[in-house]
Amino acid sequence: MEKRVFFKGWLLPVMLVAPQLIISFIFFFYPSGQAIWNSLFLPDPFGLKTEFVGLDNFRFLLSDPYYLASFKTTIIFSTAVSVSSMAIGLYLAALADRLIKGAGVYQTLLIWPYAIAPAIAGVLWLFMFNGNIGLASYYLKALGYEWNHTLNGDQAMFLVILASSWGRISYNFLFFLAGLQAIPKSIIEAAAIDGASFWKRFGTIVIPLLSPITFFLLVVNIVYAFFDTFGVIHTITSGGPEQSTTILVYKVFSDGFVSQDLGSSAAQSVILLVLVGILTVIQFKYIERKVHY
Amino acid sequence: MVEKKKSGYWLTHLGLILGILFIFFPVWLTFVASTVTQDAIIQPPLPVIPGGEFFENYANALFRGAPEGYGARVPVMQMMINSAIMAIGITVGKIVISLLSAFAFVYFRFPFRNLCFWLIFITLMLPVEVRIVPTYEVVANLNLLNSYTGLIFPLIASATATFLFRQFFMTIPDEMVEAARMDGCSPMRFFIDILVPISKTNIAALFVILFIFGWNQYLWPLLMTTDPDMQTIVMAIDSMIPTGDDFAHWPTIMATAMLAMVPPVIIVVSMQKFFVKGLLESDK
Repeated sequence: MEKRVFFKGWLLPVMLVAPQLIISFIFFFYPSGQAIWNSLFLPDPFGLKTEFVGLDNFRFLLSDPYYLASFKTTIIFSTAVSVSSMAIGLYLAALADRLIKGAGVYQTLLIWPYAIAPAIAGVLWLFMFNGNIGLASYYLKALGYEWNHTLNGDQAMFLVILASSWGRISYNFLFFLAGLQAIPKSIIEAAAIDGASFWKRFGTIVIPLLSPITFFLLVVNIVYAFFDTFGVIHTITSGGPEQSTTILVYKVFSDGFVSQDLGSSAAQSVILLVLVGILTVIQFKYIERKVHY
Repeated sequence: MVEKKKSGYWLTHLGLILGILFIFFPVWLTFVASTVTQDAIIQPPLPVIPGGEFFENYANALFRGAPEGYGARVPVMQMMINSAIMAIGITVGKIVISLLSAFAFVYFRFPFRNLCFWLIFITLMLPVEVRIVPTYEVVANLNLLNSYTGLIFPLIASATATFLFRQFFMTIPDEMVEAARMDGCSPMRFFIDILVPISKTNIAALFVILFIFGWNQYLWPLLMTTDPDMQTIVMAIDSMIPTGDDFAHWPTIMATAMLAMVPPVIIVVSMQKFFVKGLLESDK
């Protein structure tokens, strides 16, 4: 992997990496260090002085029922978003892969929602399910089902999952389609000649060959559900009703900026840092393997 | 397709079309709502065929804001310009610093090279949302709130582009450098005249991904900008939505939502080849 031929000198390369390092230090390392540092202190309510409390912020968080509830909400939410958007993405990719002609047209028609911001996706679905004017809530009411996601926590959860998964289908579709197209057709044909049906082939050949990409997508989608869905939740529910859709990243925001509980917010940031760190290591292991193949 | 059965063929198309309808429907409804009058919206059910108010509603959204009596009147033209500046700033900034540092890592040996590499690697994948409070303080202390610099720079600190370019530079044959050196080519000359031109497709692929990333930023501009003249269109739409039973001019809101979607969608569709490449290779 390493080059054998280099340019000489050390001043020029140091100047070349300097911009990225400086920006990383100012906007990444310093704030991250600050988050770790603040997590060990408890500011008084007027922000005049802070008291060193060691790991008390963490101890408090891990026994705080609201924080634990937010953890559970995050797990339910990210699992539902990842699984549903991956399932639909795989389904559509499997169909598009069957076509000899026209797969390209379908690809164009399916991938553009990737460009829609989560916050805007939230607005679109909010409009459909708005209690007074929404089309979906109107017809649900006509069917005798009362829809009010501003009061009903389960409905709110369903709506944020729906809006978050909807925008993610195109990403998963594209990766699964690329994975399917990389499977040599000769293997599939050999199985077909031996009399294996479509579903048999799908289950015994295609799914195992797709497992690395599925694993990769699972990690990436969980990271997406953890962080990028902030816009969906902020526009549709603002974490409510009664915190039923407050995922961890939303709680960092609402405790830090809305309630100004800086010590707790910093401790939450640190916990998220650790979680993302673990996911990054897992993903890097995958990338490394892919590179060496 | 291995077998050729007619029924399976049509079912395949049917399944795909159903998927496309599911994906298009919310956007279609938004488009319809942006072309009708307020009265048509507040008396459900909403029509599913566009009305005749297209120009009126979009002109309102862009230049005048919602009509009198529906809260603050904020035209979104300036917001679209802000979004474009932020998106292009993030895109160009990230590509430039990444090209430079990837060049240094691949073609030079310098002190603390491995340390620098790991420092940059750590920034991979850690989103700004995680360190949002202290980053806000840094930007506030630097007096960069309500500025383009403050909107752009914190989002440049990420390593994905650096890694993509590094991977690509590794695949370039060593003979290229040898030949360049033999001809007395300086490092920067090699970078500008050879490396950057052969990285064209990678740059285009990253451009699409990063433009979308930048345009769609939500939380950061939401915290950063208190001045209405600095708001971006994606973040501003949240303040237009009514809470509770307040009155809102839905046609204007929906036209704004359409305007927030159109630029990134046009970029994805018109640069589809690069978009697919960028997504599959950089995954962020």
